[in-house]
Amino acid sequence: MKSNVEKVISVSNLTKRFGSFTAVDHISFDVCRGEIFGFLGANGAGKTTAMRMLCGLSRPTEGNGRVAGCDILTQTEMIKRHIGYMSQKFSLYSELTVDENIRLFSTIYSMTDVQIMEASSRLYAELGMESMRRTRVSDIPVGWRQKLAFATATIHRPDIVFLDEPTGGVDPVTRRKFWEHIYKASSEGMTIFVTTHYLDEAEYCDRVSIMVDGCISALDSPAALKRKYHADTIDEVFRIVASEAKRDE
Amino acid sequence: MSVFKSLVKKETIHILRDRRTMLITILMPVVLLLLFGFAISTEVNDVRVVAVVDRHTDMSRDLLQRFEVNDYFTFLGLADPADVDRILRSGMTDAAVFIRTHGERLVTQIVVDASNTTTARAMTGYIDGVINHSKPDDLVLTQTLYNPRMKSAYNFVPGILGMIFILICAIMTSVSIVREKESGTMNLLLVSPVRPHTIILGKLVPYFILSCVILAIMLIMSYTVLDLPSSPSVISVVLVSLIYIILALSIGLLVSTIVSTQITALIVSAVMFMLPVIMLSGMIFPVGNMPLLLQGVSCIIPARWYVEAMRKLMIQQLDISYISTEITILLSMTVILLALAVAKFKSSTR
Amino acid sequence: MTPAIEISGVTKRYGSLTALDNVSLSVSRGEMFGLIGPDGAGKSSLYRILATLLSPDSGYARIDGLDSVADYRRLRSIIGYMPEKFSLYPDLTVSENLEFFASLFGVSVDDNFDLIESVFSQLRQFPDRKAGALSGGMKQKLALSCALIHRPRILLLDEPTTGVDAVSRSEFWDILSTLRDKGITIVVSTSYMDEATRCQRIAMIDNGRILDVDTPRRLISRLDENLFNASSSDMFSLLNHLRSMPEVIDCYTFGATLHVVGREDFNPDKAMDFLSHSGLPDVRIYPAKGDIEDLFIKLTRYEEQC
Repeated sequence: MKSNVEKVISVSNLTKRFGSFTAVDHISFDVCRGEIFGFLGANGAGKTTAMRMLCGLSRPTEGNGRVAGCDILTQTEMIKRHIGYMSQKFSLYSELTVDENIRLFSTIYSMTDVQIMEASSRLYAELGMESMRRTRVSDIPVGWRQKLAFATATIHRPDIVFLDEPTGGVDPVTRRKFWEHIYKASSEGMTIFVTTHYLDEAEYCDRVSIMVDGCISALDSPAALKRKYHADTIDEVFRIVASEAKRDE
Repeated sequence: MSVFKSLVKKETIHILRDRRTMLITILMPVVLLLLFGFAISTEVNDVRVVAVVDRHTDMSRDLLQRFEVNDYFTFLGLADPADVDRILRSGMTDAAVFIRTHGERLVTQIVVDASNTTTARAMTGYIDGVINHSKPDDLVLTQTLYNPRMKSAYNFVPGILGMIFILICAIMTSVSIVREKESGTMNLLLVSPVRPHTIILGKLVPYFILSCVILAIMLIMSYTVLDLPSSPSVISVVLVSLIYIILALSIGLLVSTIVSTQITALIVSAVMFMLPVIMLSGMIFPVGNMPLLLQGVSCIIPARWYVEAMRKLMIQQLDISYISTEITILLSMTVILLALAVAKFKSSTR
Repeated sequence: MTPAIEISGVTKRYGSLTALDNVSLSVSRGEMFGLIGPDGAGKSSLYRILATLLSPDSGYARIDGLDSVADYRRLRSIIGYMPEKFSLYPDLTVSENLEFFASLFGVSVDDNFDLIESVFSQLRQFPDRKAGALSGGMKQKLALSCALIHRPRILLLDEPTTGVDAVSRSEFWDILSTLRDKGITIVVSTSYMDEATRCQRIAMIDNGRILDVDTPRRLISRLDENLFNASSSDMFSLLNHLRSMPEVIDCYTFGATLHVVGREDFNPDKAMDFLSHSGLPDVRIYPAKGDIEDLFIKLTRYEEQC
């Protein structure tokens, strides 16, 4: 855990039920500022539901918590201003140009024209994408597209960025480059909340949690988890923890 | 055969499980029919009339009385000629009748608020009817002449059919084929040993059946609720409709081979086929009243010929021999479009 | 015996883009063959050619001795294809999907149930659930069941495990192994390098060209590099520092450590000293054993630099 102990996410007994089905079952955890927090779990363990509650998109059946200083029950609109979100499934409008995407996302986060100017020139300088400004997103290579998606998700300098399987189906080289962006953002004080099925990526996190059947079964730094489960890799830890799952679907 | 059956079964499940679409396709024609039949009638009631009379004579009094006793009119009274414009503008009256006496003859002029041309035309017709009828008991005759309820209702049946078949066959079919392209299931069908034409037939047949069901519902309604006089021409009606359904299916297939997303399929079908059906087929606006250029354009719209043929068969109760032109045109359009669609589909799959 | 798949000089262009550039490959009967490469490398085009959905501009592909263009109809009952996206009918139930795909090939589900039994066992509990309501791992198993139901001799799987969790993935690969034992030839692509080592042979593909083909072990042994692990409690700074050192060719994250590709003059002890003096805490550098992932990174190192 980082030395800075300001908690940007703090939830207790967060629960979500759909009828008789308990998707998320009393989960409690804290995430500190600047931390890279890996949120692991098998398909159907409840990760997406939990993440939706944290982003203020879904109201918990039980429990409470704060995200970026805002209450997840009452201040959901405020939360949305202080977080960024990126998923593999959707992140950019492929039929718009790079510039148009950046403008669109800046406008969504109600940035002023001056702020947009500053943000986009900073972004182009950082990404080295000046020459692609007027290129359609569908025409740029995957690696660039991912960098751009991350940059637009964080254009408003959010406290926390939620990454939902950001590297699904992406080759090893591109995945690594993407993680370097995550590192960089984290070193600048941004909190990263990330889900992934690539367990080598879990090793890059400051702490990881593993969800099984709606509960958090394990939560610690990768090194501590490996010690606890006498495993060499997080992959092994995951297999041990996830094998306790009883929920068939 | 069993492959074909299971293709049809699968497609039927798609249609039936999509409750909302199903409801719309069945309900829409029925609602449209009832709406056009009963609610939206071209008949106009309670036309408010003022009269401007220069000299009161027996003849002018007689005429005014006819307006007073006629149920279609609300006679507001006499007005000063200088006021007419103001009264019309303020919307206090719908029409003004100027009556001048020239010796033994009455000369009349009708001034109508034509901000709605359809009602204006109807009002003029009514007023004209009252004025040009010398007998006082013309009420009966007015009713026979304007017995528009039933007649305007089944007047719309051909148009509604022409539209609904485009909706089901062209739009729904093209969207359903393109949906399989988008989701990737089309690839799975194509890599199976099933021949492309079987796949396509399996897609088209359920929509064909659905169209037939709707045709049956519409015809039954026309002959019962709308009191359309039944005649041997029913068989011809069905025949022409079947040709038109196949034609619409070919359009759907053709669209699906050209576009690659569901939303473009929807837009292309709607804009290129649905709108012209409504605007140019003569369903609402008579083809004969259109500018020459649009009349020319309407010739290439299948619905125009379908609606025309159906009008002749259903309303004019004409024999099938009177619509040979329409049938020939519809048949050749079907053959051309189907051939084009099949060729396009084959080349797109291999 | 003719090979299960024989690809010779296959080229496919889309306008100015060359998706496949003179690709030649041969896959033996009963082999589990892996295709590995970055997005846009040409894998999907290759699959589409093998699945008879696409004709090559030049060259030929023969599957089971049959030409992918001329004999495409006969080929279609021999191959089972699972495209990149799980392609099922979401509004059809589990059993309706399975029965439908069986009927396409003129077989009944019972005829070949023995083949899919192990894949289908979990799905059996909810035959009436709509396919769209299944979780990722279950959808994938249903898609595989549908691709297998006609007992194909050759199975083409395009990234079947993307978006699937680690436990379900290894179950899936166990299933593939049993299928291979039953004599089915499998061509599978993946972006998980740990999965690639479960193949008997792998082809590395990039920019439409085959870079190398061999067994995972031989490929790794050919990875002739000066490879080291490096770790520190500040990994990101370590990465940046190592990258700035002239004797380091490449440095990238690798699970819990960094992998450092050093030039001949790279001395781990010296580097450790240098880094510690630069203020990095707990620096350790020690020799590493490379794997497929390192090889992949090496092969694509000079391609796209972004």
